[in-house]
Amino acid sequence: MIPAAFDYVRAGSAAEAIQLIGQYGDEAKFLAGGHSLVPAMKLRLAQPTVLVDIGRVSDLSYIRDGGDHIAIGALTRHMDVEKSPVLAEHVPLLAHAAGHVGDPQVRHRGTIGGSLAHADPASDLPATTLALGATYVAEGPNGTREIAAADFYQGYFTSALAPDEMLTEIRVPKMGGAGWSFQKFNRRAQDWAIVGVAAWQRGSECGVGLVNMASTPVLASSVAAAIAGGASAAEAAEAAASEADPQADLNASVEYRVHLAKVLTRRALEAAGG
Amino acid sequence: MTSLYEEVSVTPVDVPVRRVTITVNGERRAADVEPRLLLAHLLRQGFGLTGTHTGCDTTNCGACTVLFDGRPVKSCTMLAVQADGHDVQTVEGLASASELHPIQEGFKEEHGLQCGYCTPGMMMAAKALLEENPDPSEDEIRWALSGNLCRCTGYQNIVKAVLWAADKLRASAG
Repeated sequence: MIPAAFDYVRAGSAAEAIQLIGQYGDEAKFLAGGHSLVPAMKLRLAQPTVLVDIGRVSDLSYIRDGGDHIAIGALTRHMDVEKSPVLAEHVPLLAHAAGHVGDPQVRHRGTIGGSLAHADPASDLPATTLALGATYVAEGPNGTREIAAADFYQGYFTSALAPDEMLTEIRVPKMGGAGWSFQKFNRRAQDWAIVGVAAWQRGSECGVGLVNMASTPVLASSVAAAIAGGASAAEAAEAAASEADPQADLNASVEYRVHLAKVLTRRALEAAGG
Repeated sequence: MTSLYEEVSVTPVDVPVRRVTITVNGERRAADVEPRLLLAHLLRQGFGLTGTHTGCDTTNCGACTVLFDGRPVKSCTMLAVQADGHDVQTVEGLASASELHPIQEGFKEEHGLQCGYCTPGMMMAAKALLEENPDPSEDEIRWALSGNLCRCTGYQNIVKAVLWAADKLRASAG
């Protein structure tokens, strides 16, 4: 399968990328690792007329200790997130989840910023960073702004980014030794989650993110409220789908997804809080 | 230069064309390509390296796996322009002039293939694994090959082939 024809320009910096995307307008797209966009273009689900290749903006690939958080450059590849000793120490849930995106080849090319900006609710990292209370940094023609993960996702493949804004950094609070678990239910190692759950817990405080349970990643606030109120993992997990609005597809009915969300949330909380 | 793209023009005149230079199996190769040309297609049709197979063409099967700056990637999911200036190793680069690479030997000795369609991708993914981890467990091999599908073997002999190659590589290194 061959994408529809497009023109191709390369950006050497974030500023140049933003200038180029502004110059070419709404039909232009950023190309990072290309592991969401290129498959969509091959299926002609996406037909940008210009690709602005940001894959060579090497100063956006980093993982830094920011004090109370870890700052991750948007062009950091999944494999580098997975293998990061800094993340293993301070945000192990994210490193582990990154190790379950796609398959090894995908993780060697795909980037964290690309995955988040693509805003696919079936992807692992949007729900994981949502559960962790991450903040995203976007750069546009008028400077940078911070967007809470909870405000970022607006619908299928739709984010709060303006067309001429670029996601440049992800800031993830340190987990401070909290327990955690990532439950991904799928049929083959490389598949998207039919349902996934990312959870952390520290005493009566927890965060639970759901993968593939609505048109956006879902923060299961009712579960966190139940845990804060003293509920057991099993009791709290009954509320797992309260904020969700799952759709049926080839893999699962709505009822089955709701069932999976409850079971996986219970397992995640038992592992994280146990 | 041996690029088919320079011998036979397959590019319409009204589309943008970019010159790419890629080191393929140690040799610098250049081609003029449309931005939409996939790396797998440049390797196969442009450079004549048909050992890189296109299987599913949807980033699932891994038959098109090559090493990109040493990392395993699916060449059906990369644009040739993204590879400009980079290093690519294909299955044709495994064997030396006189002998098979130990990974190839392993697939032969342990019957790690039946139809052979997935084999080039399996071997390139295995090469990346063994360069990073010379003594992998069976589980580590299965995880490293989880981006490569085989519809014939049930994977058992593929895992044995990689273990065989790991043993041989360690023996020759030691």
